[in-house]
Amino acid sequence: MAKQISLLIVDDEESVRDSLYNWFIEDDYYVECAEDAKEALSIIETKNFDIIITDIKMPGMDGMEMHRRIRALNKKSIVIIMTAFATVDTAVQALKDGAFDYITKPFDPDELSHLIKNAAKQITLEQENLALKEKFTELENVDDIVGDSEPMKQVLKEVMSVAQSNSSVVITGESGTGKELIARAIHSNSPRKYFPLVSVHCGALSESLLESELFGHEKGAFTGAMYNRKGRFEMADGGTIFLDEIATISAKMQVELLRVLETKKFVRVGGNKEISSDFRVICATNRDLKSMVEKGTFREDLYYRLNVVNINVPPLRERPSDIPLLVNFFIKKYCVAMNKEPISIDEQALIRMKEFDYPGNVRELENMIERAIVIGDGKKIRLSDLPLAKDSVISGYESLEDLEKAHIIQILNKYGWNISQSAKALKVDRVTLYNKIKKFDLKQPE
Amino acid sequence: MHTISLIAYGQFDMEFLERIAAEIATELNYPVSLTQGHLDLSDFFDPNRRQYNGNELIKVVDAMAPPKASKVLGLFTVDLFIPILTYIFGQAFLNGRTGIASLHRLKNEYYGMKPNKFLLFERFKKEIIHELGHTLGLKHCYFPPCVMQSSTYVEDIDQKEPGFCLQCLGSIKNED
Repeated sequence: MAKQISLLIVDDEESVRDSLYNWFIEDDYYVECAEDAKEALSIIETKNFDIIITDIKMPGMDGMEMHRRIRALNKKSIVIIMTAFATVDTAVQALKDGAFDYITKPFDPDELSHLIKNAAKQITLEQENLALKEKFTELENVDDIVGDSEPMKQVLKEVMSVAQSNSSVVITGESGTGKELIARAIHSNSPRKYFPLVSVHCGALSESLLESELFGHEKGAFTGAMYNRKGRFEMADGGTIFLDEIATISAKMQVELLRVLETKKFVRVGGNKEISSDFRVICATNRDLKSMVEKGTFREDLYYRLNVVNINVPPLRERPSDIPLLVNFFIKKYCVAMNKEPISIDEQALIRMKEFDYPGNVRELENMIERAIVIGDGKKIRLSDLPLAKDSVISGYESLEDLEKAHIIQILNKYGWNISQSAKALKVDRVTLYNKIKKFDLKQPE
Repeated sequence: MHTISLIAYGQFDMEFLERIAAEIATELNYPVSLTQGHLDLSDFFDPNRRQYNGNELIKVVDAMAPPKASKVLGLFTVDLFIPILTYIFGQAFLNGRTGIASLHRLKNEYYGMKPNKFLLFERFKKEIIHELGHTLGLKHCYFPPCVMQSSTYVEDIDQKEPGFCLQCLGSIKNED
């Protein structure tokens, strides 16, 4: 037994207390006794017991009343009621009041043994369950959302405040900004976190497929529907449904979706039975839903139903201070995934990364780091390992002189400061290149 | 070094008990004496349950025990109970001096089966060693063959060995 189970025996008869005490002590339980409910309650106030075994008929407060008071104290103890005066009514009442079980004196040694073993098993399961829940919460927290910039702090603040409510949320932002991560953070910090988060990528499915995917289908509903299948709304019962790329759904699906959101009831494709599901909706889009409403391509009523709370995830170029954090986060992530020693990034490479405008946002940066780790030397990520577009890299320069200098550095680095090869690439002679190096005071990196 | 005193209360086959005493002495490696005790059991009889009160009996056995014996076990032929349980095979004071054991529910005849002297001998021996184990401070053991495994049915007694597992044996040796 992993943990010693503690027991409190409450009975006014000394012989019963002694018998039970001796019986349980031999089974290696921690046992204490109380001769009446008053004494028991004063012990319980200061100590926690896993199991409380109490007689019903006792002078003063009876066992049933004591049980109610234990519950009022919000104690988690399992209570087993015992009495010599067994009636069905008392048994039913004891169970209704939340007693674990009811036993009539005298009982078979085997019956008592099994009862306590089952109670101990329940305690162990509850403890395991609690530990797993804690672990689950740790895994699903907001640590995956990396960013220390003001715009990201604001987003996280909104996530935490909206998580506790049941309102629909629309997450907007450019492609690759991490809208799904925000949806996960909302779900995992909400009271629905122990139920599923079901994601549907609306843009990837045709109208008929999306309908079957969302609502499920009955066997024979269409060619290939060989089995009954639960839809995503049904799967998300108790939890959250995340509808990505909501702007891509057809006008017909918009109507269907609106109806489901209003009633939380739907019918499977090919079925006739109405199914209820309790879910929360979180949507994401990289389009401007408001302008789509104005243009008449997105239903206004659906827009207002979905857009109770709007969270806008800023693009990466608006929060360059997050880039070093993200770079380090992804380096760690991919080094662990690829079973490599943690590596660092060259300062020059990091400067260039901070200058890049990332049209693909965090996803692009992530892919960049993954690629650099794969093709790099395994010690340091260098500029040459990064697929940074040339025009983007030098976009920060205004004067031709600065542009010329940056280009010469890039070419020299590319050819490992081999003057002949670099001059050939630049289509100038070696002397001109030497003069430029001198003019710009360029030095070969160590 | 402990000295064990087995005291028989009731109509026993003394030769049967002498053999048990000898085997217990070998198993525990302590000197074991066997004597006949005298007690009016009617004082302990519960007419409602038609059984004998084990809680009261153990107290009397403890009070009447020879002072020189460090562990005492009262042996009975009657059906024993404690107020909370329908029956017991025996009981003992944990890490105390005294215990009791009964032959009554160990007999095949009690369960409507043919008598089996060998089985009865083994069962009673195991039950006595089990209760003596409690007086030596041992709690119930979860290792199935160990004699300290808890037994609520007579079949459970048949499943275990008449000796302690290494861990229980180690606990006794540390106490010595």
